[in-house]
Amino acid sequence: MKLTEVKDILKAEITSGADKLEMVIQSGAGGDLMSDILRGSKEGVLVLSGLNNIQLIRTAVIAGASALVLVRGKKPDEEMKAQAHEHGLPLLTTPFTLFTACGRLFRAGLRGVDPKKNI
Amino acid sequence: MPNLTKRYPIKARDYLKAGEVSIQIQGLLKIIGFAPDFIRRVSLCAYEAEMNVVMHGGDGELTLEVDTDRVDLDVRDAGPGIEDIGLALQEGYSTASEEAREMGFGAGMGLPNIQKNSDSLDIISEKGKGTEVKIGFIA
Ligand SMILES: Nc1ncnc2c1ncn2[C@@H]1O[C@H](COP(=O)(O)OP(=O)(O)OP(=O)(O)O)[C@@H](O)[C@H]1O
Ligand SMILES: [Mg+2]
Repeated sequence: MKLTEVKDILKAEITSGADKLEMVIQSGAGGDLMSDILRGSKEGVLVLSGLNNIQLIRTAVIAGASALVLVRGKKPDEEMKAQAHEHGLPLLTTPFTLFTACGRLFRAGLRGVDPKKNI
Repeated sequence: MPNLTKRYPIKARDYLKAGEVSIQIQGLLKIIGFAPDFIRRVSLCAYEAEMNVVMHGGDGELTLEVDTDRVDLDVRDAGPGIEDIGLALQEGYSTASEEAREMGFGAGMGLPNIQKNSDSLDIISEKGKGTEVKIGFIA
C-alpha cells in the first residue's frame, strides 16, 4: 500500500514529508508505549500512535519506521517536525482514534508484523 | 574496517535530549555500512539502555565499540542501581515515574527488548552503586 493511500484511508493531513507519498508501506504497528512500538515493529513499518512528543519521533526513527501517523487529530509541534524532516520521516495526522485508524488500514489490506503469519 | 571506540555522555532526566545518542549511533553505523537489520538491533538496544539511564539512572556514559564483525555497547550510570536484576528483566516490570509514563515509557519492556535483540547481555548492578549494562552484537 502506498503512503498516499494510507493518507486517503485515514483522511489524514500530511504535516511533513509530502514528497514521500509514493513510498510503499509493507506493514503497520500501533501503540501508546514506546517499548511496545519498538517490540512490534520492523524496518519500513508504518507506526500509528496516540502519543505526541519528541520521544515518539526518536522512537519511530530508531524503529526504522517509514512514516508516523498521529491519531485523534494530534498535530506535531515545530521541533517534532524539524526532527522528522531531518530523518526523512513523513508525519501524518488522522482524525480517527488509534483503534479505528488501525482497523481502516487492516480492512484495506495492511497487516501487522506478527511473528506468525495468518493468525 | 578499523577498530573504533566512541564515548557519549548521557544526562539523567534530560528528556529533551534523551535518545539523541542512539540516533547518532544509528547514523554512524549506516555510514560504516552495516546491514539494515543489524543497525536496527544495535540502535534499538542503545535506545532502550540510554532511556533507562535517563529515566531510572544517574548521569552516565555510553561507550560504543565497533569492530569488523561485531559491535559492543557499554552503558553505565552512577544512579541508584538495580536491586533485583532478575525482576527487572521480566516483561512488564517497571518502576518508571509518572513523568516518564506520561511520555509513553514504562512498559517494562526495555530490558526484555534488549535481551531479544542482542547476542549477549550482561547487567552489573548493586543498589546504591550504579548500573553497568554490557550488550554485544555479532554482525
Ligand atoms: N540504569 C538503571 N538504573 C536503575 N534502575 C534501572 C536501570 N535500568 C533499568 N532499571 C530498572 O529496571 C526496570 C525495568 O527496566 P525496563 O527497561 O525493562 O522497563 P522500563 O524502563 O521501566 O519501561 P520501558 O523500557 O518499557 O519504557 C526499570 O523500571 C527500573 O526499575
Ligand atoms: Mg526501559
